Formats: sequence, structure tokens, C-alpha cells
Amino acid sequence: MGKTLSAAWLIARKDLAIEFRTRSAFLSAVVFALLGLVVFYYAWDPTAVAVVDLAPGVLWIIFTFSGLLGLHRSFGVEATDHAIDGLLASPVSRHSIFLGKALANLAFVAAVQLITIPALVIFYNLPLGDVAAPLIVIALLAAIGLVAVGTLFSAMAVNTRLAELLLPMLALPFFVPIVIGATQATAKLLSGRPVAEAGAWLKLLLAFDIVFVAACTLAYPFTLEE
Amino acid sequence: MKISWLDTVAGLAVVGTVVRAAFFTPLEAKQGAAQKIFYIHVPSAWVAFLAFGLVAVASAAFLWLRDPRLDRFAESSAEVGVIFTSVVLITGPLWAKPIWGAYWAWWDVRLVSTLFLWFIYVSYIVLRGAIDAPEMRARYSAVLGILGALLIPFIHLSVYLFATMHPMPIVGKPSAPSLPNEMLLTLFISLTSFTLLYFAFVRSRYRYAFERDAALANAAQHA
Repeated sequence: MGKTLSAAWLIARKDLAIEFRTRSAFLSAVVFALLGLVVFYYAWDPTAVAVVDLAPGVLWIIFTFSGLLGLHRSFGVEATDHAIDGLLASPVSRHSIFLGKALANLAFVAAVQLITIPALVIFYNLPLGDVAAPLIVIALLAAIGLVAVGTLFSAMAVNTRLAELLLPMLALPFFVPIVIGATQATAKLLSGRPVAEAGAWLKLLLAFDIVFVAACTLAYPFTLEE
Repeated sequence: MKISWLDTVAGLAVVGTVVRAAFFTPLEAKQGAAQKIFYIHVPSAWVAFLAFGLVAVASAAFLWLRDPRLDRFAESSAEVGVIFTSVVLITGPLWAKPIWGAYWAWWDVRLVSTLFLWFIYVSYIVLRGAIDAPEMRARYSAVLGILGALLIPFIHLSVYLFATMHPMPIVGKPSAPSLPNEMLLTLFISLTSFTLLYFAFVRSRYRYAFERDAALANAAQHA
């Protein structure tokens, strides 16, 4: 177990180092998210719907789509020069490769969230108060679910003809329980309800994370040639 | 196209069901003739979920045994399943508009689960279409088939939680009626005939898949 995790961490560091060099995917995702905040605001009549009611849905829709941008790149980098073969030939288990990729994606999504959530609070004048901590928990749980499913489908999609179309098509149905859970929980917190009322949604997110992190880690070796 | 005995029996059974439902089953008191779509809608929903359950089982069995027949069966069941799911999603809103007053209800667990079943079926078929190598196609579809089966309970739970936290009245929603015997019999007949139809379709589709794979293997050998 320890070996798997340390190997995963090594692979995650490699991916993050590659991304950090150019930061292009990260910056694209951030700009996409910020532009999304802008467009969504102008899409509604602010006198008809209070911005604090819109904010949770807007946030999570944006994260879903900007997350897809980063996820696509995750196995995309391995396609050049068959770099994936080098990874597969190295003495790490298939599960560590998956977990390493997923960890790197998690760092990516978390970094986008770190910029987008404060931007949302500022642009939409949200009463953050003392809900910052539970909000971070929701964001993390949701990110884990997005990344588990997204990393697996990214590994599959990159080997197909329609990679860019296929990744959203495969992943979005799986993102829906996460988006519903995160949006509802965020809405409860932002409207000042006690954290306990968001409890059912947090449990849904946690259950989803446990089931799909396990299922996707176990499924990953089946996406590789023998 | 060769029509087998199963095709004939299934076809006749479905025609018989429609005739019985239309002419020999009593009208429901509150809904009138609109209720009769029930005898198409419910068996289609049953077959849709049966088909996907079998796709999931065949997928798991394929990853374990690597028998291409299991993959061919999953492929066939998925294509047949998407048709029945589409029938459910068309007949449902057609019935719901006059009876409930709305085409769709996002807090209805069964409706939304069926919609997601449709999404998964479609992405399964598109995934298969995007991979040429048969072995990789079989493995990837099997993974999707299993994960898709895991997703449906979560959709179910999400919508259920959503509905309990935001109770919304549907105008004029009838509570589930207890069916008199004649209607129950028609329902049972329709379930049986649609299941027969499912097997007939899957068998034809499987035969097509078998012949296609044999032809491709032949071509590869002589190339």
C-alpha cells in the first residue's frame, strides 16, 4: 500500500512539474472559469433572481466544464511519442499510475477552485462569513469525485477517434450526482442554514467518492493492453 | 433478412397485446384512454432496465472470462436497450402532459433514472463506434457498462434526496391505482410480449454482430 502511494505521488509530481513549466492548461481553465462567472451573471435578471441563489449552480457548472479541460490533458500528454509506454515499463503498479494521474488532476482542479471561489465571492458579493471551512470540504469532496471518474475516462478517451468529444460525453452523466450534491450543499450554506442540513448531501458526495475512487482504480488496468 | 420463429412469436405477441390493450381492456376511471399508453410504457421500462442489467453482467463476465461472445451480447443488448429506453422517454411525457399537466418532472426518481440510463446507453454505443480494434473496444465498453450500472443508484439517490428536500406538487397526479384483474392481466401479457420482443431483437442483432466479426476476421486473414 505504501509503495503504491509513494509511486503515485512520484507520478503526480512528474505530471505537475510538466504542467507547471508552461501552465497553459491551468491558465486556460482559470480564464474559462472566470469568463464563465461573467457570462452567467449577465445571463440572468438580477432583480428577478437573487445572486446568492444563482451562485452555487453557476460555480459547479463552471468547475465541471473547466475540470474537463484539465482532465483531457491528463492522458493527452502521454500520447505524444507513446510516452505512456515508458510509464508502463517502469516498476510501478498500474494502480499507482492511475492514482498518480488522479492526484495530479486533483491538484489541478483544487488550484482552479482556489482562484474561482474567491472570484465568485467578490464578483457576486456573497456572504461568506464562517461557511468558508465547510465550503472547502464540499469543494474537496466534489473535486475528488470529478477527478476519479474524469481520470479514468480520460485514459480511455485518449485512445479513441473522438477523444475531445468522447470525454465530456462519457464523464458528464457521472458528474451529475456530484454537481447536484455540491450545489445543494453550497446553497444551504450560503443561505445561512446550519451545516447539519447539508449533511445528507455531504454523505452523498462521500459515498460517491468512496465507490468511484475504488471502482475507477480497479477498472484502470483493464484500459491497458496486456 | 431471415425471420426466425422467435421473431414471429414475439411480433404476434406484441400485436396481440396492443389489440387486447386497445379493445379488450377496460378504460381507467380518471384518466380514460390516455392510461392505455401504460401498457407500452411500463413493459418498455422493464425491458430497458433488464437490457442494461444484462449489459452490466455480460461486461463483468467478459472482463473475467474474455469470451468475445459476451462482448457481442453486451453490444446487442445495449443497442436494443437504447430503443426501448427511447420508447419510455417518449411515451412518458406524452402521457404526463394531459395527466400531470407537465411533460417532465425533475423530482421523479424513475423518470430521471431512465433518462440517465439513456445517456449511458448512448455513450456506450458512441464509445464502441469510436474504437476500431475489437479487443480494446470490448474491454473499454465493458468498463463503461460496469461503471454505468454503478451510476444509476447514485442518480436515484440524488433525485430522491432532492425531492424530499424540495417537495413540489404535481397538479393532478393520480396516486398509484390498484389495478383490477383485467388490467393486471393485460399488463402481465404486455410484459411477457415485450420481453419476448427483446430476446428476438437481441438474437437478430447478435447474429449480425457474429457475421460481421467473422467477415472482418476473414478479410484480415486474406489481406
